[in-house]
Amino acid sequence: MDHPDQLRSGAVRSDSQPLLEVRGISCNYELERAVFDLSLTVHRGEQVCLLGPSGCGKTTVLRAIAGFHPILTGGIFINDQQVSAVGAMVPPESRRVGMVFQDHALFPHLTVRQNVAAGLSRLPEGSRGESVGEMLERMGLSHHADRFPHELSGGQQQRVALARALAPRPLLLLMDEPFSSLDQELREHMGQEVSDMLKESGTTCVMVTHDQHDAFALGDKVGVMSEGSIVQWDTPYNLYHQPSNHFVADFIGNGVFLCGEVVSPQEVSTPLGILPSDEPLIWSSQTPLEILLRPDDVVYDPAGPIQARVTSRAFQGAQLLYTLRTLEGIKLLALFPSHANFEIGDDVRVRLDVDHLVVFEHDTPLD
Amino acid sequence: MRSGCRRCRLVALLLVVWLMGLTGSRAVGAQEEVNVYSYRNPQLLEPLFAAFTAQSGIKINSVFISKGMLERLQSEAENSPADLIFTADIGRLTDMKAAGLTQPVDSEAISNNIPAQFRDPQGHWFGLTSRARIIVTAKDRVPVGAVTRYEDLADPKWRGAICTRSGKHPYMTALIASMIAHQGHEESRKWLMGLKRNLARKPQGNDRAQVKAISQGECDIAIINHYYMALMLSDPEQLAWANSVNVIFPNQSDRGTHMNVSGMALTRHAPHRDAAVRLMAFLASDEGQKRYVDDNGEYPVTPGIPWNDLQGSWGSFKQDTISLTAVADQRAAAIRLADEVRYDH
Amino acid sequence: MIMATLVSPTVGAAVKLRRLNRLNRWTVGAVFAALLVFIPIGSVLFLSLGDSGDVWPHLIGTALPEYVGTTLLLLLGVGVSVFLTGVTTAWLVTMCRFPGRRIFEWLLLFPLAIPAYVMAYAYTDLLEYAGPVQSSLRALFGWQSARDYFFPPVRSLGGAIMFMGLVLYPYVYLLARSAFLEQSVSVLEVSRVLGKGPWQTFKTVSFPAARPAIVVGVSLALMETLNDYGTVDFFAVYTLTAGLIDVWLGMGSLAGGAQIASSMLVFVILLIFLERMSRRHQKVYQQASSRFKTLPTYSLKGWPSALAFGLCALPVIAGFVVPVLVLGQLSIVYFDRSWTPEFKSYALNSLTLSAGAALVTLLVALFIAYARRLRGGRVLRVATRAASLGYAVPGAVLAVGILIPFAIFDNALDALMRDWFGVSSGLLLSGTVAAVTFAYVVRFLAVAVGQVESSLEKISPSVDMAARTLGFRAGQTLIRYHLPLIRAGLLTAVMVVFVDCMKELPATLLLRPFNFETLATYVYRFASDEMLGEAALGSLTIVAVGLLPVAFLSRMISRSRQLYPSPSTGDA
Repeated sequence: MDHPDQLRSGAVRSDSQPLLEVRGISCNYELERAVFDLSLTVHRGEQVCLLGPSGCGKTTVLRAIAGFHPILTGGIFINDQQVSAVGAMVPPESRRVGMVFQDHALFPHLTVRQNVAAGLSRLPEGSRGESVGEMLERMGLSHHADRFPHELSGGQQQRVALARALAPRPLLLLMDEPFSSLDQELREHMGQEVSDMLKESGTTCVMVTHDQHDAFALGDKVGVMSEGSIVQWDTPYNLYHQPSNHFVADFIGNGVFLCGEVVSPQEVSTPLGILPSDEPLIWSSQTPLEILLRPDDVVYDPAGPIQARVTSRAFQGAQLLYTLRTLEGIKLLALFPSHANFEIGDDVRVRLDVDHLVVFEHDTPLD
Repeated sequence: MRSGCRRCRLVALLLVVWLMGLTGSRAVGAQEEVNVYSYRNPQLLEPLFAAFTAQSGIKINSVFISKGMLERLQSEAENSPADLIFTADIGRLTDMKAAGLTQPVDSEAISNNIPAQFRDPQGHWFGLTSRARIIVTAKDRVPVGAVTRYEDLADPKWRGAICTRSGKHPYMTALIASMIAHQGHEESRKWLMGLKRNLARKPQGNDRAQVKAISQGECDIAIINHYYMALMLSDPEQLAWANSVNVIFPNQSDRGTHMNVSGMALTRHAPHRDAAVRLMAFLASDEGQKRYVDDNGEYPVTPGIPWNDLQGSWGSFKQDTISLTAVADQRAAAIRLADEVRYDH
Repeated sequence: MIMATLVSPTVGAAVKLRRLNRLNRWTVGAVFAALLVFIPIGSVLFLSLGDSGDVWPHLIGTALPEYVGTTLLLLLGVGVSVFLTGVTTAWLVTMCRFPGRRIFEWLLLFPLAIPAYVMAYAYTDLLEYAGPVQSSLRALFGWQSARDYFFPPVRSLGGAIMFMGLVLYPYVYLLARSAFLEQSVSVLEVSRVLGKGPWQTFKTVSFPAARPAIVVGVSLALMETLNDYGTVDFFAVYTLTAGLIDVWLGMGSLAGGAQIASSMLVFVILLIFLERMSRRHQKVYQQASSRFKTLPTYSLKGWPSALAFGLCALPVIAGFVVPVLVLGQLSIVYFDRSWTPEFKSYALNSLTLSAGAALVTLLVALFIAYARRLRGGRVLRVATRAASLGYAVPGAVLAVGILIPFAIFDNALDALMRDWFGVSSGLLLSGTVAAVTFAYVVRFLAVAVGQVESSLEKISPSVDMAARTLGFRAGQTLIRYHLPLIRAGLLTAVMVVFVDCMKELPATLLLRPFNFETLATYVYRFASDEMLGEAALGSLTIVAVGLLPVAFLSRMISRSRQLYPSPSTGDA
């Protein structure tokens, strides 16, 4: 993994100009404001992801980029060319974007080959066949070229959809929950496969999803969306380890929040003891705080200071995810190696081992 | 302003040309022809038209319109292609005149053949045939002489014995209207109420169906137009129906049998006026009148035209000579009366 | 590496910002088409503003209560009749197995081919006092006259309910059947595992899920009922439709007639509302359907099987076999009088006119439905609904609503031409086949729009987006990717409209040009003169032509489970 700081600065791509720029757009969805003053920039060859719960407006943003949804403020630029303005837009068919959908949206009356050729109608016959052949080859679909979509498995349909979208060589690929109709195993597999393929081909891509695993598998950068705005735009690593607010911390990964308060610029007091901070705290003493504890921050230690009882457990292969309840009644999530095996009702001792303290000012009620 | 919009003119011209092509619209100023809007069933008029065309070379285009003819003429206004209107009763002729859709015809050939009582005083319409509203009774169930007047039909002794068509059909309306014209509103109301009480069944079907009902024993007495007898006698399947009834020309001892007319009128904006008047003259001529008598069994309006055998066998009878306009004036009242006594329900 | 070329440095010059009007070309076109279709309805509403004199006080005092009462009774009777027949037969053929089930599946649609007025003619001939049934009864029991026995009158409200119910139940059957078919198999299986019998399963699972479809079917049937004039006129049943004709022609008050017509629109709007609501529910219910599993069915043996057979056979025999036999017999007797050269040309007129009108209707419907798919919005929705009202306006009234604006247009154009060019253009639209075609479009647009919309709804919106991002404009998307997918639905729409046009009578009668007869007008001119024999061949021909689409629908039905293979159900 790249060093987080390096990615965050964007230094690796300083040479490239932005391919997609979304500048302060707002959109309505069925008469209600769905997107508020949203901006984002995607550089050539970058794969980004908009992640958020359903109804957060992420699909509306995608549709606006594709040209299916008008914007009420701001502008959208592809390749420095304005494609959406207030009250005017370039129609989707002239934008050179490719799109992949949750339901794949394959044309059911056309064969795989015809589907992939659909976007190439302007090419002469010969080179069209060549492009299609190449694309099928690369997607491993050559054997299925003359089948109809309903004769294919979900993963194959997914590949056809991707091939169809990429065949006309779009400037930008947009994917709307592309993996959510696949089952869990296929989904992880396809996520990796698609990511590799896009990276290899240098395709610029924007994906929206509600699934963080999909997002992390594909996104160089991920924008977490909530109620029509991007609340954090960052690398997957930072989203997990340095969430910028309570919502992101809660939405990404597992974890619990502890209440606490500032005791000194380097220390926070919690019901489970004093925790040191690696960075100086900006708040004055006695400011009420929330502290995020990830399951890997809670370490099994027979000699640890905290005693807790196992209330549930979930086997995850090499590790076990335990839900614990301390004597004080505080809920904790903990990830132990499999060999430290406890049953529900067992008492265990743990300690907190927090590398990087994630704290927020306590302004929202806790779960 | 008038010369201003050259483009508008071009657009209008193109529109017209396009629509003409699209609708296959009639070319302006074609061959000699007459256009006819008719309330009468086409099978009744076609033989007469064919005879006229054979004689004159004038083509006749016709369309049978049972509802909305007045509205069609009205909205088409001065561009209407229609030259002549044919109707099967007096009411629709006076309606057309009242709506200003007709024009007077002053032709000696026509007025010499059609007596004054059968035409509009100003020449807006002409009766072509007259038809008697007769009573028929079951030969085997109603003694001869038991019914002699329309008024007799309200007699309670005929409870459940009478069949008629809808009380709002123009033929019935004219009969009721003539009753109002003669007897006044109150008397007519009592009469119609009595008649309604005597009905064997809810009014339905046309006049032919009433005779059929008598022959099958469903009722004993019916009111019909006389020429239906001729039509049925010429149909092998219906001969038996006609033979099961006696024909009565009512009210011979007083005002006479109620008569209605079928007629024609020249439309106000008739584009083929001359040809149309020739057709009118043909229908009013002895030859036309004779065909009406022979083909349709109607009574001629021209005096002196020989009757057909059936009419001859019935003999001459006293016709109600009240002016047709006076009857037509009571039509609205007649329809209301039918509603008031719930004649059809 | 081929990927290098994937990134194109510039976007072509074709990329231009296009001004976004609230109304794009499709919307404007669709609203315009809808307005055009609304003109006749609008002009009826306008006519109803006219002074009707003292028609209303008179009517209220005399016939109006009867008109309203009869109309309500007729609607109620037909509603109950089509509901019971349609739902029972649909349930039996989809959920039970008994001898003849496969044949009944499509035979049950056949009565749809018979116009209600033809049904009325045929049964009158059969059942009236002088008909063969009563004559044989009299001969058998030695009765002398009508006073010796009781026989229910054919020409009555009861008769109208019965015969209209027989020709209209297929609407309910058709929709209920597909609703039953599309139900989730697993829910039905669960119900049976829980030990519920057929009746329990029907009551608690099948019926509630199919209810929206059934309501749609019933409301379609009721709109047809409300519109009917031929049958009620022939049977002397005084409904509002008959009443308005009476006020208009008898009392000479077009305004009064238009007022009754306008108040009837209230009924219609209610029915349309009911239908729309149900369609929305239908979407919810039928979402989770799996088309490839076979439904669990009940195998019937012994008397239940015979009962099921009888219940399905009854409407087919009464609604199709009997009238066709009666007409067939009459046609043979009167064949020489009916089979004239003119007859053939009338049949040709009917065919070409109906086919043309059906195609135009389909194109307009497709345009409107697709515009709504592209850009919804209240304006378009209201416009579409308003244009659909023509389905329920009695044909004769609709015809006057067309007559007047067409003539105004013609006369205005004529005045312009005279003024500008000194040439008269005469009447260009009035009294032409174009006017008749327009009447058909207005009358049956609702049928086509409904069918096209529901076909389009089955295509995922992402298919549109996929096609657009692949470089196709909206129109190209429709032609290349939607039309092949909704072909079956379009064909159904065109067929149904075609048959409806074949049957249409009152508007044809008033609007047609000189010397122009269709089968329907030809049949009418004899039937109106009580010459059923001469009318039989024409009626039979209408029925035969009507069978074409019915046969087509049946074929669709038997294949309905494979019609739209959705990509996601094919997992290997």
